[in-house]
Amino acid sequence: MRLSTTFTLTAMLAASSLVAPLAMAEAEDFPSKDIQYVIPFGPGGESDISARLQQKYFQELTGEQLVIQYMPGGGGAVGWSQLNDMSADGYTIMGTNLPHIVLKPMGKDAGFATQDIHNFTFFHYSPDAILVNADSPYQTLEELVEAARQAPGAVTFSGSGTYSANDVANTRFQQLADVTTTYIPFKGTGAAVTALLGGQVQAEWGYTTVAANHQDKVRMLAVAADERHPLFPDVPTFQELGYDMVGGAYRGMAVPAGTPDAVTAKLSQIFGEINQNPQFRQEMEDLGFVLLDVGNDEVADFLVEQSAQYETSARELGLID
Amino acid sequence: MELITHALGALSPLNLALALLGVTAGIVIGALPGLSATMAVAVLVPVTFGMAPESALIMLGAIYTGAIYGGSYSAILVNTPGTPSAIATTFDGYPMAQRGDGDLAVTLSTIASVVGGLVGVLALLLLAPLLAQVALSFGPVEYFWLAIFGLTLISALSEDSTLKGFMGAGLGLLLSTVGVAVIGGDIRYTYGMPVLLGGIETVSALIGLYCIPVLIDLVATPAAHLKVDDASRGVRFREGLGEAIRGKWNLLRSATIGTGVAILPGAGGSIASLVSYSEARRVAKDPGSFGKGNPQGVLATESANNATVGGGFIPTLVLGIPGTPPDAVILGALLVQGFRTGPELFTTNAGITYTFVAGLFLATCLLLPLGLLIGRYAFKSIIAIPKALLVPTIAFMTVIGTYAIRNSASDVMIMLCLGVVGWVLNRYGFRPSPIVLGLILGPIAEQGFVQGFLMGRASGSVVGTFFGGPISLTIIALSLLSVFYPLVKARRVAKRQGNNSLNEEVSS
Repeated sequence: MRLSTTFTLTAMLAASSLVAPLAMAEAEDFPSKDIQYVIPFGPGGESDISARLQQKYFQELTGEQLVIQYMPGGGGAVGWSQLNDMSADGYTIMGTNLPHIVLKPMGKDAGFATQDIHNFTFFHYSPDAILVNADSPYQTLEELVEAARQAPGAVTFSGSGTYSANDVANTRFQQLADVTTTYIPFKGTGAAVTALLGGQVQAEWGYTTVAANHQDKVRMLAVAADERHPLFPDVPTFQELGYDMVGGAYRGMAVPAGTPDAVTAKLSQIFGEINQNPQFRQEMEDLGFVLLDVGNDEVADFLVEQSAQYETSARELGLID
Repeated sequence: MELITHALGALSPLNLALALLGVTAGIVIGALPGLSATMAVAVLVPVTFGMAPESALIMLGAIYTGAIYGGSYSAILVNTPGTPSAIATTFDGYPMAQRGDGDLAVTLSTIASVVGGLVGVLALLLLAPLLAQVALSFGPVEYFWLAIFGLTLISALSEDSTLKGFMGAGLGLLLSTVGVAVIGGDIRYTYGMPVLLGGIETVSALIGLYCIPVLIDLVATPAAHLKVDDASRGVRFREGLGEAIRGKWNLLRSATIGTGVAILPGAGGSIASLVSYSEARRVAKDPGSFGKGNPQGVLATESANNATVGGGFIPTLVLGIPGTPPDAVILGALLVQGFRTGPELFTTNAGITYTFVAGLFLATCLLLPLGLLIGRYAFKSIIAIPKALLVPTIAFMTVIGTYAIRNSASDVMIMLCLGVVGWVLNRYGFRPSPIVLGLILGPIAEQGFVQGFLMGRASGSVVGTFFGGPISLTIIALSLLSVFYPLVKARRVAKRQGNNSLNEEVSS
């Protein structure tokens, strides 16, 4: 058994050393056909919308199409658990999301492990934000925190899903502000904002993107980004208000295991270039996204840094001991 | 006045051609089991990026309208709802087709879809901002009760055996819990298989439970698929129109119900058509004939589900909250095109909005000639194709369609398994509709309940939360009515029959 494993490994090494120069040559004129871009969620969500925005510039840059497909289910788990069975030639890539790919495998039976996902870029994020209805009595974050302090558990927040970016943000904020609130998970951001607009909850854990979509009907109290978002120059960051919170839903892309390194690097370069396009940046920012330039070389460090934060939250959520 | 200018804008030759193309493509896609309206719209979205926004929207609206209508073909002719919205159309549509009235049923569905579609579009045009507020007054608790109400309709819909209806619904509810729970994140009933993480997809369950038993029966029995009296009698439009005029109140009531339900995000066309169907049956003088090929049943469901097209756009455009899954895709396309939803869609961007509404109007009107034409063709081909060819063709479509929903081979396996289970259950008198209803309503009820419970606990009164609101109380009353009405009615009928026999005895 051991012998055969060693043998296989040797054979693979030998094969890969033979293939490597070839792959280099391939990477030169990569891509030479359409690329399948699998989104592990349904159409119409933020993952889909940002992919749609990339589509146009991808074609401009490479002359090939970026074909978007959907493989929804299990909050992304269905897609991610199948990623490594897909053809590893660089012509199939999949959208990935943080904290999903870190938190999901912490539970049981997620169908994939975080290290199975070979991310080559994280290109943007939607910063966490606290939103209230436009006619809410709470004008500032401090007023909301004060209300939560006076009646523990009585202030309700809607958000999208359990063990999601919103859930993590809520847990972290409760710790930082030393308050207890009630987090009510909904299916998706759309349902969560409906509850806010309908007055079913007092506040929502959402994103800058939600505020951008519903500008006249909601008021954003604070944004979990490094600096104020260009669309909302009047809304303070959490850090300005004394809460050390920067984060949100990060979106990246991954390739199936075994995709040649040179091709992966080329993919990272292409999408990095799209990220620099001023028109693309403008369109993304208008929707409330914040661009992020984590390329293939920085992905590993970035993940380590993020995972450490999520682990703390996961412990708090009771997801791990 | 402004409206008319924009309506004329929609009528440019290019836009007309796009609407024509969209409706035709939509009808074909909707008619094929598994290829749903959502998919049709999603596939088209990248194509529309190269177009002027008006043209893009007109085309998307047209394909959506066509697809919802097209779902009735397979429901009527093969007993398989092409989209979830067409579930209730199978109840009377298929029995009509079986007795040789398939052509009439298709014509009725066309007329009803046009009427329903127009009512929905008119509501969108005239009442959108007002109705959007109604949508917001529905919170988790109201959705919970709405789902319960939907489940009670089962008792009304399965008078032959209420108990079996509830058992089927129970099975559906159980199936709906498979996979990752939205609230709580628990992984349930997957038995360690990643393929079950995504749960049981509604449309694949629909195809399995409805279509596979039909296919098995087609193979197992020597009789022709549908009875045909005379294939050369045209589309029977005059007859259909007569039936529609007789059922004008039914049409309008169903269209209103359809619009109303569609305004609630997440409720969708399947609930709309079921509610209107059971209403039509409740009001009818001859409720016993429903489910046995009553044309009014087809009129009710098809006008309701096409009304959901216009109705669903109300929350989508006014609030930016998609009313139905295809709306979500169209909303995404709007955002990518750089549009903001909300009140400005009716003020600063009114041009685009009115062009879009005019486009929907146009697409709905185009349904009449196109639907009659394509419907006639679909009917002819289904009866002309020999069974040896028909069965493999449909079988192939079910597999492809199921796979295409979310690019998943495991969904095909689930579909086939449910198909066999459905066939066996059918033999013991369990119908597929309660099972599918349970599957659709289960998550709505579950999420609504847990959210309502959390809200109630935060506010200090769980009971007050669930039984406090006027909307909740109304829905609870309706639910009670729908559970007990059939029983009361049955008793009254029995009593009257008893009296009659008594009178006869006296008079004789």
